[in-house]
Amino acid sequence: MTTEQTAGDQPLRPSLWRRILDSDLLYSFLRKPVVIVSFVLTVIIVLAAVLAPWIAPHTPFDPASLNLMNGFTPPFSANEFTGDTFILGTDSQGRDVFSAILYGARISLLVGFSAVAFAMILGVGLGLLAGYKGGWVDSLIMRVADVQLSFPAILVALMIFGVMRGVIPPQQQDQMAIYVLILAIGLSDWVQYARTVRSSTMAEKNKEYVQAARLFSVPAHRILLKHILPNVTGPILVIATIGLALAIILESTLSFLGVGVPATQPSLGTLIRIGQDYLFSGEWWITIFPGLTLLVLALSVNLLGDWLRDALNPKLR
Amino acid sequence: MLAMLIRRLIQSIVVMLVVAFIAFSLFQFVGDPINNMVGQEASAQERAELRERLGLNDPIPIQFMRFVGNAAQGNFGISYRMARPVSAVIAERLPATLELAMISAFFALSMGIGLGVYTALKRSGVLSNFIMTVSLIGVSLPTFLIGILLIYIFAVELRWLPSFGRGQVVRISDWWTTGLLTPSGRASLILPAITLGLFQLTLIMRLVRAEMLEVLRTDYIKFARARGLAQRSIHFHHALKNTLLPVITITGLQLGTIIAFAIITETVFQWPGVGLLFINAIRFVDVPMMSAYLVLIALVFVVINLIVDVLYFVVDPRLRATKH
Repeated sequence: MTTEQTAGDQPLRPSLWRRILDSDLLYSFLRKPVVIVSFVLTVIIVLAAVLAPWIAPHTPFDPASLNLMNGFTPPFSANEFTGDTFILGTDSQGRDVFSAILYGARISLLVGFSAVAFAMILGVGLGLLAGYKGGWVDSLIMRVADVQLSFPAILVALMIFGVMRGVIPPQQQDQMAIYVLILAIGLSDWVQYARTVRSSTMAEKNKEYVQAARLFSVPAHRILLKHILPNVTGPILVIATIGLALAIILESTLSFLGVGVPATQPSLGTLIRIGQDYLFSGEWWITIFPGLTLLVLALSVNLLGDWLRDALNPKLR
Repeated sequence: MLAMLIRRLIQSIVVMLVVAFIAFSLFQFVGDPINNMVGQEASAQERAELRERLGLNDPIPIQFMRFVGNAAQGNFGISYRMARPVSAVIAERLPATLELAMISAFFALSMGIGLGVYTALKRSGVLSNFIMTVSLIGVSLPTFLIGILLIYIFAVELRWLPSFGRGQVVRISDWWTTGLLTPSGRASLILPAITLGLFQLTLIMRLVRAEMLEVLRTDYIKFARARGLAQRSIHFHHALKNTLLPVITITGLQLGTIIAFAIITETVFQWPGVGLLFINAIRFVDVPMMSAYLVLIALVFVVINLIVDVLYFVVDPRLRATKH
């Protein structure tokens, strides 16, 4: 979003850096320790996930690097046979739990971000269209949204997943699983964007600047994207942040239910599902550490979203 | 008001037809049903005969009409995986899910209202702040993780409660089995019910708290205080009573969500209900089972939404007045 703004800069406007330093958002951010902690935790997890191939001590899903003798090593202690140590222990096949979490968070975040992007593009697009066009286009889009909103996201995602599973031939299912998951989560979450953008668009389209643009016969798509869209970005950002937390939770839930990503590319939810079987025999670390990572990630992103909603809402200041 | 009711009814029927169509198209997408029914050695002619007999050569709209007709009578065909009528399997599993959902809703409602009133009355108390913070974590915690943590603490470490299944059940009628009458059945219910109800609990608690704070600021509460009524009477007879309307609405709407979220809880606790059935159906692409569950859950949602809409009109006279 920053490049967009600098591109259209006029000489008189202060530099981007100056504007960030002077912004109310930064002021509010620096006065909320909880928000700073959430932000730092989110950044750490995202960086660790992105850099997983370079910082993970092991490559957990390369069978050649695994040693079965290392199986079930408890955290913080050396394996009794091989003497290897693993920070967070190993699972049944001697995989390093810490590395598995890094790679798992990578999948979780990849699916989460992609699903949010997909839902955002779809929802914003349909919302702009519905708000600007009105009439039967508007009623059709909003009726679909109403119906979808009366079912919980998990059910919609499961339904889409079930349908897709039927459409895709079985031999390709594992490769396609991530895309299907992104599609299912994205489709279950577009309504929020559409509703918000639609109501803002309806308010904006009657203002003078839009009328002026129309008078210059600027094409409709240009009015929507260049004139109206920049004025509705605040709410979109808030929904996207909270949506990211929801998408991550939804992805992990689906993977936990065994209908998400395949076991060869485990996300945090898959790791928790695999680890659950060993909970009863006392190997708690296999499931608890991925669970904690998921909790910290979801909680931090949620808190950031809450703060953003309050900070961008002038009524609450 | 009648016009509005009819409109809502038509809307509900449209939704049901759309869901039925999705459920129906599952059959079209997913492989060849004939392959799922006959063995490898069946000849091409046998296949063609079966195809004709099952009506698979008819045009799609006619097949869809037949599907809707059958579904309306509760006939969803035979499960691919279990080789039994889908309706019988669902009827057998439904009591487990309904029992779990009811107990969770009761747990969420009673604890939610209690804690909501407490945190509203003792706004700045240490315990109130603690409860509010914990509830924030509760919202961010995925349901399955709550279940796993509860299993780890109460079943694995403390060994107080069972971690899976329904315990011993008693058959009280032809199709209803209950776990409420045996000690092991009741013990088995505790952890799943808490897992399932926790999210709704936090939701209800936050709602009651917000509504209570709102109501406590109004003039009639001040007036009641001025009259020297007992605090207890003001809080419970005057304030709480007026917060309950939205709470009942939300809880009603959440009942459908509880039944949907039972899928997760049932998977964690291997609870033999319809949610577990549905997940296994998705995993093994058991199309008749999937489509039956979709139609059933959509029906639950549509009926609940309809009832809540009607209740609004019954409960709130202002809505009735504007429509005349």
